[in-house]
Amino acid sequence: METFIAEFGTIWGAFLATLSLAALAGALSLIWGTVLATMRVSPVGPLRSFGTAYVEIVRNTPLTLMFFFWVFVAPSFGIVLGLGFQTAVIALTLYTSSFVCEALRSGVNSVGIGQAEAARSIGLTFSQTVSQVVLPQAWRTSIPPLISVLIALTKNTSVAAGFAFTEMIAIQQRLTNAHPSDGLFIFFGIALLYLAITIPLGVLAGTIERKVAFAR
Amino acid sequence: MSGSVLYDAPGPRAKRLDKTLNWVFSLGFVLGGAYLVYAFYQRGIFDDRWTVLWDPPKNQSAGDVWLSLAKGLGNTLRAAAIAAPIALVIGGGVAILRRGARTRMLSGPAAVVTELARGLPVLMLMFLAKLVFGWSPLWSVVFGLVIYNAAVVAEILRAGLAALPKGQREAGLSIGLSTMRTTLLIELPQGVRIMLPALVSQIVVLLKDTSLGYIVAYPELLRTIKNNRDYFGDKYLIPLFLVGAVIYILINMAVSRLATYVERRLREGGSGRGVEPPEIGPTGPIPQSGIGGPAREEGAHAGDPLFGAGRPASSTQVPVRRPGDHERH
Repeated sequence: METFIAEFGTIWGAFLATLSLAALAGALSLIWGTVLATMRVSPVGPLRSFGTAYVEIVRNTPLTLMFFFWVFVAPSFGIVLGLGFQTAVIALTLYTSSFVCEALRSGVNSVGIGQAEAARSIGLTFSQTVSQVVLPQAWRTSIPPLISVLIALTKNTSVAAGFAFTEMIAIQQRLTNAHPSDGLFIFFGIALLYLAITIPLGVLAGTIERKVAFAR
Repeated sequence: MSGSVLYDAPGPRAKRLDKTLNWVFSLGFVLGGAYLVYAFYQRGIFDDRWTVLWDPPKNQSAGDVWLSLAKGLGNTLRAAAIAAPIALVIGGGVAILRRGARTRMLSGPAAVVTELARGLPVLMLMFLAKLVFGWSPLWSVVFGLVIYNAAVVAEILRAGLAALPKGQREAGLSIGLSTMRTTLLIELPQGVRIMLPALVSQIVVLLKDTSLGYIVAYPELLRTIKNNRDYFGDKYLIPLFLVGAVIYILINMAVSRLATYVERRLREGGSGRGVEPPEIGPTGPIPQSGIGGPAREEGAHAGDPLFGAGRPASSTQVPVRRPGDHERH
């Protein structure tokens, strides 16, 4: 208990590190994931194959392996990233974007074909059909799973602890090693900080889902 | 929806554009790949470093290298093989308690604990076991995997049980079974059945999470690769890493395909009693998510396995029809 209070400055710093890592990687993977999703539904064959191959491979790769690649293997290919934050952002972005892509794609897939046919038959053009009919519905379906992906990302930032980035798990390890008797308090304290990020996101997901619910 | 209904049947111009784009992007990818290979060649990626796989330096034989990798893989699989059944039993128990217990005394705390366990990083649980309880690396890894995956399994089964037609439970209660017996004898067998694909998919997440053992010094596959690299030198890392990555991806893809297969069997078997797997959205305060990301393609049916490839047509996209399709055949 005392350790948690005495070291709260360190822990708070680590909390902010986790938060900024999650926020930056989240924003970047939303962008890259959207690009991938566009590729996967695009009419151009090679782009579709690329998107599919990327998602299939990355989804079956452990995140630790992804970190390992950027930290140890990439330098042999001549790609040297700053150890710590930079590597963590790249690895998490490349990993999470494949899940973002799948969430978006399943959202687009969930829009019934009748919607698009109806839009076409009342004479809307391609861009009108997409922007007025398909995308508004696809978005609503995609937002709750996208928030789940962001929550998973928040928890996944913990892997960066194993690759030289000082976030909450690294601090948990350091403090527990220094004060073994306080281990449980440190654990629950840091657990609360994680829940402080994930629970609001989860509640947000539930609220949005109820708000944007529409009859199919 | 691949957008085909969004525009008219392609005319000659659209077809030409389609063809051009296909060629342009194919060429672009081929050129990009060729440039990469050339760049790798320039950096000496294709030199004698690959011999580590069949004729390693430092007086080691190829057998030594492969044996160590096999041992690492064995440790990875062992952790998964110990954790998976325990997680399944605990998760099943919690789900049964939440459904069948007569009082809130039991089902309330079970719900809170599942939500908490799903909201924490697996690595954090592993460090708890290792540093606070002082367990060995293997059991620390197993501890983290069991706690997290048991919570997820409980959530999957809860969703499955909730999706059954109400009449099942009412029938059980009206013939005089207790709530617990109704859950065990009538609801659980059906619930497990419809959630089987989701449960198999969860094994992929569990397998991927064993690689966290690398961080808590458990000698699994990734750690073995690192040890080999430390011994032979950084130069030999690329071939070793490639072998490890291929092993991980192949195993996970195989399990994913198994989930797809199970799903198809259930769908085509016809004895699914017409119960569709429920959608698992963000159910509790903390939606299903893990280090492996969401266990399923969320927003899709919970029964959907990790990926779409090989999915039966009924579970994939809405049918794609082009105007004028029937005329063609």
